[in-house]
Amino acid sequence: MTSTRTTSSTTRSYPSYSQPLWRRLLLTREWAVIALLAAVVAYAMVNVANFDGPLTVTYLLLDVTPILLIALPMTLVIVSGEIDLSVASVVGLSSVLLGVLHEAGLSIPVAAVLALLAGVLCGAFNGFLVAHVGLPSLAVTIGTLALFRGLAVGLLGTQAVTDFPDRWTDLAKAKIGESSVPLVVVLVVALAVAFALLLHFTAFGRGVYDIGLNSEAAHFTGVDVARTKFLLFVMSGVVSALAGIYYTLRFGSARGDNATGLELQVIAAVLLGGVSIFGGRGRLHGVLAGVLLIGVIASALRLEGVTVNVINIITGLLLVGSVVSTSVLARISRSARPSPRGTSVPSSAPVGVGTQER
Amino acid sequence: MRLHTQRSTLIALALSGTMLLTACGGGDSETDTASSGGGGDATTVTFLPKNLGNPYFDTSDAGGEEAVEEFGGTYEEVGPQEASPDAQVQYINTAAQQGVNALVVSANDPKAICDAIGEARDAGTKVVTFDSDTSEDCRDLYVNQASSEGIATSQVDLIAEQIGDAGKVAILSASANATNQNAWIELMEQEIAENHPDIELVDTVYGDDDDQTSFDKTAALLQSHPDLKGIISPTTVGIAAAARYLSDSSAKGKVALTGLGTPNQMREYVENGTVEAFALWNPGDLGYLAAYAAKALVDGDIEGAAGDTFEAGRLGEYTVEEGGSVLLGDPFVFNAENIADFDF
Repeated sequence: MTSTRTTSSTTRSYPSYSQPLWRRLLLTREWAVIALLAAVVAYAMVNVANFDGPLTVTYLLLDVTPILLIALPMTLVIVSGEIDLSVASVVGLSSVLLGVLHEAGLSIPVAAVLALLAGVLCGAFNGFLVAHVGLPSLAVTIGTLALFRGLAVGLLGTQAVTDFPDRWTDLAKAKIGESSVPLVVVLVVALAVAFALLLHFTAFGRGVYDIGLNSEAAHFTGVDVARTKFLLFVMSGVVSALAGIYYTLRFGSARGDNATGLELQVIAAVLLGGVSIFGGRGRLHGVLAGVLLIGVIASALRLEGVTVNVINIITGLLLVGSVVSTSVLARISRSARPSPRGTSVPSSAPVGVGTQER
Repeated sequence: MRLHTQRSTLIALALSGTMLLTACGGGDSETDTASSGGGGDATTVTFLPKNLGNPYFDTSDAGGEEAVEEFGGTYEEVGPQEASPDAQVQYINTAAQQGVNALVVSANDPKAICDAIGEARDAGTKVVTFDSDTSEDCRDLYVNQASSEGIATSQVDLIAEQIGDAGKVAILSASANATNQNAWIELMEQEIAENHPDIELVDTVYGDDDDQTSFDKTAALLQSHPDLKGIISPTTVGIAAAARYLSDSSAKGKVALTGLGTPNQMREYVENGTVEAFALWNPGDLGYLAAYAAKALVDGDIEGAAGDTFEAGRLGEYTVEEGGSVLLGDPFVFNAENIADFDF
């Protein structure tokens, strides 16, 4: 358990701090994604007809808002080494609840609060099974993916509720003043700031990283692993429910199959943004850029008349590429890395230390 | 280590960049089409079916393309993978961004896509619905494939003829909130109640216009109603899946099947005796008429008001009816004698 071993086997090692500050800040995976985003936007501005139109920003932001919202807690969940596949089903369930409760005569704010509560319950159910029972989140949330979707479709059948008051559906699409930026961006920015502060500037956030790197070690350093994981899943549930309310009002339709498959877009964006699927690494600005990158590519391709299948293929390739590039680069750098201080890095780390490395 | 970090960043950039170039390369060939969307000489018409990969819409959109080529416009077809209104909204938005002259859409929900259509119309796009309408006030014109009464009556008559005007029948529909399906089902219920007292409608199931779901629902229908005499499936996906199930089951020849189907999908089952007769309009003509209606709106020849008339190429002259709709004609009955004459 020497410090040399520990540092050489965790993802962020001391040598990376030997670089000047500007390099550490700019030459990162996150900034690569941001640069790529800027490049794609610049390319599309010049080459894609109508991409520079005033409607593009509005529609683009409206489209990515649910993904942006859910990506925030999803980042924390994945950094902690877990995953939540049930988010899109929670979106569907909260959408259906909003519709059913509104149809039953409740006002939109009351129905929305109840839908959010349902999101808390869904998240708490996931969190309880993962954090306190100790089941793997992949298995738990695949189960609840089916469970919550089943509840949503069961509540409303194949019907749709579409008679929402214009006041609320208009609010979901309202723009800030005369600009083309939708009002809902304010909500997204507020939540993004809150999550960034939570993840990057609090002890809770450091605990999330510690759990992702080594949950046993985190436990011994005083992190309440079970409580942290439980709270992460609750956040994921409640933000997904919020996204479901927005989704319903934006499209003016509550359906059991709303947002089916959204979890893949969220996870794709999070991984593309540089979050390690193995936990312990990732920053929120990269994730936000990842979400926007996928949104911009889809928007530009639709303007080019590319069919939905091709867009899905490209999103999929981007995701696979982003995951593969990380592990390929890790392998290349490991084989090319000169051994620090002339000693070779042990190939197998002792149990409990550095097992996070791929 | 310094080298390593820089290099990984570079490689990551290069990898993503390659994918990006591939991605954009796919669309390059179509840049010319898209860039003429800003209202040049050619009328740009975008077809937005309920979903892609549906043979019915392949045919209708091919008819639309034929018409657009005839009047020298620019044709484009876009659409979502799943027949859901939220997925359709993105494509309506894209049409508004492109400022296409006309959007021809088959609505997945009568209300949910209305706001998006309103934004497209504000941007100057004429919106024609076909096959499945939206609320009357949110589009310019609706091209109706057949009057609902005509469809309901013809299908009830067909099934009555095949089961001897007595016995239990069931309906295999598409999705539960498809505008046209529900209108037809309601009228079929009325028609049965009024004119066919010995026929009992025992069940209505929904196959969501998905082949496997429709197939499974057919199996479930026969299991829960062993004395079922007939099935009406007013959707092309449903009737084909039901026919496939029936032709391999012991119910073949005992349970009559009719509905709305396309000759190419149903040929096999008409020839092997599973299906006696079924009805449909020509979806190719429907798309063709919708494209000409869009053109007439764009040119200002009509405004979508009742009494407006326009020429629709080889189909002749059409008149806009009350409620801003244009009727294609009466449904056509296909049977073993005439099915060989059709190929769509």
